[in-house]
Amino acid sequence: MAELARPKLKVATASLAGCFGCHMSFLDIDERLFPLLERVEFDRSPLTDIKHCGPCDIGIIEGGVCNAENVHVLREFRANCKILVAIGACAVTGGLPAQRNHLDLGLCLQEVYLTEPSLGRGLIPNDPELPLPLDKVHPLHEVVKVDYFIPGCPPSGDAIWKFLTDLIEGRTPKLGHGLIAYD
Amino acid sequence: MVGAKTLTPTAEKIRRLMHYGQILQSHALHFFHLSSPDLLFGFDSEVAKRNIVGVAAAYPDIAKQGVLIRKYGQEVIRHTAGKRIHGTGSIPGGVNKNLTAGERDELLKDIYHVIAWSRGAVHLVRQLFEQHLEAWREFATFEARTLSLVRPDGAMDLYDGGLRARNADGSTIFDHADCDRYWDLISEEVKAWSYMKFPYLKALGHEDGWYRVGPLTRVTRCDFIPTPLADKERREFMAFDEGRIARSTLGFHWARMIEMLHSAEVIKDLLHDPDITGSELMAGGKREARGVGVIEAPRGTLIHHYRVDENDQVARANLIVSTTHNNHAMNIAIREVARKYLDGRKLTEGLLNHIEVAVRAFDPCLSCATHALGQMPLSVELVDAEGNQVDRLVKD
Repeated sequence: MAELARPKLKVATASLAGCFGCHMSFLDIDERLFPLLERVEFDRSPLTDIKHCGPCDIGIIEGGVCNAENVHVLREFRANCKILVAIGACAVTGGLPAQRNHLDLGLCLQEVYLTEPSLGRGLIPNDPELPLPLDKVHPLHEVVKVDYFIPGCPPSGDAIWKFLTDLIEGRTPKLGHGLIAYD
Repeated sequence: MVGAKTLTPTAEKIRRLMHYGQILQSHALHFFHLSSPDLLFGFDSEVAKRNIVGVAAAYPDIAKQGVLIRKYGQEVIRHTAGKRIHGTGSIPGGVNKNLTAGERDELLKDIYHVIAWSRGAVHLVRQLFEQHLEAWREFATFEARTLSLVRPDGAMDLYDGGLRARNADGSTIFDHADCDRYWDLISEEVKAWSYMKFPYLKALGHEDGWYRVGPLTRVTRCDFIPTPLADKERREFMAFDEGRIARSTLGFHWARMIEMLHSAEVIKDLLHDPDITGSELMAGGKREARGVGVIEAPRGTLIHHYRVDENDQVARANLIVSTTHNNHAMNIAIREVARKYLDGRKLTEGLLNHIEVAVRAFDPCLSCATHALGQMPLSVELVDAEGNQVDRLVKD
């Protein structure tokens, strides 16, 4: 008997306070992208023009939480995704952007927008439509419940492939020797 | 910082190889994964199909070549930088690895395919322009001053050189300018409504001094491209439609594919250079507390400026990235689209995507990231001459 066509899993991805390196690393699965597309369908993601995350099986987020808009997007993902994955050092620990946590945010803004010598005319942007920066940069799990954490800066394409194929096949994802790197 | 004014030949060529690998992979990603859906299916085509998945279904060969060109660029980076993303090969004073003969031979195996596919991509963009000439010629197009690096002989050089600034009519503002004191040439303005700064040519002031960087600028403002296939394509591009596409915003895509072809040719030449397997990796000099570096990144001129303290820890840093250089130019492109397409009409997703198509010509990414407006709240309000709101559409 022919195997019944399995419904595709819906996957959404976003970058918050990250550098898109984890998304680049996802694309490092190279031509394995095509068989993956047989099994998953992308909802909101930098690869599509869908602007809001709808109901999804898997949500993957890179980057930590550094401003009010990040909080909003992260909560929307948590509310819509059955499984939420923190991918990469910034999502897992706050990463590089969290280096500002030991500095005073006001002084950071002052240095960037008021006293930097290459500025012609300085001022601190204050339009009400701009997302307000948070006092500290947070890892995702300090804001919402996270189901899986994949460390690395970034995790390799092979690690992401193994993780996704395990999930798609209904196995508990396991990253064996050589696939986990805390760089 | 280590005061090495000149790198060893091996270090310089390994860094060049790394950089042209990066240009190759980034241009492939920009065009195939992020922009080709708009160009192949139409700016207001169905949103569910308008992505790389749709391209893979409708044009499987194009999608596959895009993925494989990007993969090749990433492999060049891995062999020169140690890993594909956030590599560690380039260090102050040189590099920490050369290319082994085995790595060189592995890369040589596929380079001729990559050159052929890149040429095919240039021709694909040309065909698309031939099909859509009327609409694309004027789309989001405006006159702009330009800024780019060029080699001392005027050739395109994406790795090193002097700064060339020109007026829209092609006349020179400055040429072969030393990047080391960039702040004598370029200043940055801050506006209340954006975290992104607005750089300008200091001599012209913040109102008039804005400029455009990136592939379209580099291809049209260099005197020639120093590899034969790409230079032939450059000359055809400059002559096409009496030179009008070389001044059009969507011409960015054509120029980008010419640079992708150029990068593949440069990689081929470097792989045939015996210096890349040499063993002199590091140079030294008198330690300095300040350093400025300028290159042409995939999307345009990139300036890094650091100061270090007595422990060599970074005490100050200022980066002017390509997207920031193009900040004002992208706003002008959006204004042109709004004037032409949004005037007096019901706002739809397809019309709003015209704005994203304009931004994506420069940059697939605004938060130094991907799909600019896709990530950012975008509100377009249609207001009549009396200031009454006719329509409003919000994407957030």
